[in-house]
Amino acid sequence: MNNNEMREEIIRRTGADPLKCMKCGKCSASCPSYDEMEYHPHQFADMIARGKIEPLCNSESLYKCMSCMVCNERCPRGVKPGALVEAVRLIVIRQSGKNHLSQDKIPQLLNPELPQQAIVTAMRKYAK
Amino acid sequence: MQRIGVFVCHCGTNIASTVDVRVVAENLKSEPGVVFSAEYQYMCSEAGQKLIIDAIKEHNLGGIVVCSCSPRMHEATFRKTAAAAGLNPYMVEIANIREQCSWIHKDKITATQKAIVLGRAAIAKVNLNAPLKAGETPVTKRALVIGGGIAGIQTALDIAEAGFPVDIVEKNPTIGGKMTQIDKTFPTLDCAACILTPKMVDCAQNENIKIYSYSEVDAVTGFVGNFTVRIRRKARYVKEDICTGCGLCTEKCPQKKVPDEFNLGLSNRRAIYIPFAQAVPKVATIDPDYCTMLKSGKCGVCSKVCGVKAIDYTQKDEFVEEKYGAIVVATGFNPISVDKYDEFSYSKSADVVTSLEYERLMNAAGPTSGTLLRPSDLTHPKTIVFVQCVGSRCNDERGKSYCSKICCMYTAKHAMLTREKYPDTDVYVFYIDVRTPGKGFDEFYRRAVEEYGVHYIKGMVGKVIPHADGKLEVQAADLIANEQIIVNADMVVLAAAIEPDKSARSIGTMLTASMDTNDFFTEAHPKLRPVESPTAGIFLSGACQGPKDIPETVAQASAAAAKVIGVLAKNTLKGNPCVAHSDEQMCNGCSQCEKVCPYGAITYVEKEYRNFDRTTIVRRVAQVNEAVCQGCGACTVTCPSGAMDLKGFSTKQIMAEVDAICK
Repeated sequence: MNNNEMREEIIRRTGADPLKCMKCGKCSASCPSYDEMEYHPHQFADMIARGKIEPLCNSESLYKCMSCMVCNERCPRGVKPGALVEAVRLIVIRQSGKNHLSQDKIPQLLNPELPQQAIVTAMRKYAK
Repeated sequence: MQRIGVFVCHCGTNIASTVDVRVVAENLKSEPGVVFSAEYQYMCSEAGQKLIIDAIKEHNLGGIVVCSCSPRMHEATFRKTAAAAGLNPYMVEIANIREQCSWIHKDKITATQKAIVLGRAAIAKVNLNAPLKAGETPVTKRALVIGGGIAGIQTALDIAEAGFPVDIVEKNPTIGGKMTQIDKTFPTLDCAACILTPKMVDCAQNENIKIYSYSEVDAVTGFVGNFTVRIRRKARYVKEDICTGCGLCTEKCPQKKVPDEFNLGLSNRRAIYIPFAQAVPKVATIDPDYCTMLKSGKCGVCSKVCGVKAIDYTQKDEFVEEKYGAIVVATGFNPISVDKYDEFSYSKSADVVTSLEYERLMNAAGPTSGTLLRPSDLTHPKTIVFVQCVGSRCNDERGKSYCSKICCMYTAKHAMLTREKYPDTDVYVFYIDVRTPGKGFDEFYRRAVEEYGVHYIKGMVGKVIPHADGKLEVQAADLIANEQIIVNADMVVLAAAIEPDKSARSIGTMLTASMDTNDFFTEAHPKLRPVESPTAGIFLSGACQGPKDIPETVAQASAAAAKVIGVLAKNTLKGNPCVAHSDEQMCNGCSQCEKVCPYGAITYVEKEYRNFDRTTIVRRVAQVNEAVCQGCGACTVTCPSGAMDLKGFSTKQIMAEVDAICK
């Protein structure tokens, strides 16, 4: 998929319109993984709107997002940045051999301090 | 068949460059009824109008068709022209061959053809036109202003100044509205009370102004020039004409724990109260929700201390009925409730306040006597975070989709005043965009940044976490530095969106004045009739029409007053003769038209009719009040029996136009 096709696909899957973003940054202000991410939630909205999707595909940010969806919740414009991150992630992991995690590895990663949410998030990070 | 004249306008090259006007004039000559046809460069010019007048006289024309621009532009002009030649002005039809033809087509042949068709339709219509005469109704020379804030006050003062009596109905115990709660006004920073209270006193002293305070509009009937309004005067349990406003009762009342709405609940008042020192009228009011005498019959302290025996616990709501020629809506605004924004912890921490509450905390007459203290522990806040656009520009159900317009400026004002009074405070403003159009407005905002050192940060606050030590952890984004930041603040101030006052909806319904989806009143035309409601005789003043600051509100208030004076100065009002009328023989009394009429112009009457066999029958039939009808035509398309028709736009005429187009 080229950038334009990816953008169309992301918009189709999420039902979100990144052009509605008014660059308020409330998503990034709320994001618990902000410091871990190379590209921040508001940048996902902006870069997808402008068709700069490849850098996002190659970024570790896709896997740093905890999928807590607080950004979706707080966005005043219904842009759903969390859903956009997830849609990019899906595009990447749906290509064969692109799994970020394999299912067998998850039990080894578990430890008592790991929040429940991280396990749920991990489930979202392989091929479906 | 009428004797019809056709006049085709070139409009310079506006029409003539895409439409062959000569061909149009030539073609329309052979239409049924047409006895004269001409084209001219500018039909609206004096020479063009003379051409029309001469033709009407010379050819004894009974109707004319002008093929020119939109009727919005020059219909009135050509109607006057016809009248000058002795022709009924409603025997004029306009074929719009500019906006609807020459301006939107490129091909001259098709455009010319379309212009001929449009002309033909107008000719078919004018063939069925009948002379119309506008009815006249007398005008009651008194105005009503609903709402006694700065908008209502200014409108009332201007109407009174022109010599007409005007009544203000205010639901609170005092006039003054939101402006009384404001400390300083931007961009000049003059004190709000100092410029408002003289106007309040003017209202009270002006012999043309009558103030119904603590009163509400209960019912409205009638139409422009002749409204009848019932006003409910709520029982204040104090005789308004006797109370001197000495305030002794408000000091002695034992019920001390009533949240003071004037200070937005930041302090308490008594059950008997005068909202603030400069209240107009300066009369005490008993709050029936808290007064122990009214609730349980035990107390009576205020009555005992009152030197003039003004207290009356038996008072009941009273109703007065008054006639008005025009009504001005000035119902104002309120900040939205920010409870739904959990992330800002408004309901969790006393130190998270709204901007209007902050206004009270800065005000010398406020709960802290003007010393900025944070509500939780009454200490000086050292770090204050302002959050803009809380609920504004928000597409979800928590907020409002529009920009509230005033927040950028008052936040700059708060930030600046805070830094001026307390230079040791750190002030942060988190903004999405700073919007400061207005005279001296951007300079004002820049002063906050450049001279007062307010930290303006582009980005939104994500969440506010109250900590046990009293600090508020503010997590926010700095989009320009591209980082997430944490500010440990002592106070957080939320610039809440503003919305129309809750009373606006019911008042709008009573007045049949249209509103938008946000409950702001809609204007008759967003550019050209900005202070009139589409309903005749209803005018709009202030923030009830849309978010506005004080200068804009005052400007609109005076504009509305000018419009009201325009109505009241007339002895009679000429209506629009293109109104609905019902054919009583065909009306089946179903009430459908009454239900769809947005202006309340249709009523039903019982009438006696003679049958063929000389017996009589009573039937329920629709009647249109021509003074109220605006000619929208909703009733004509709703009527199942075809009894409703619109003068000047009858079903027959429209069908004739359609037939002419399809020919």
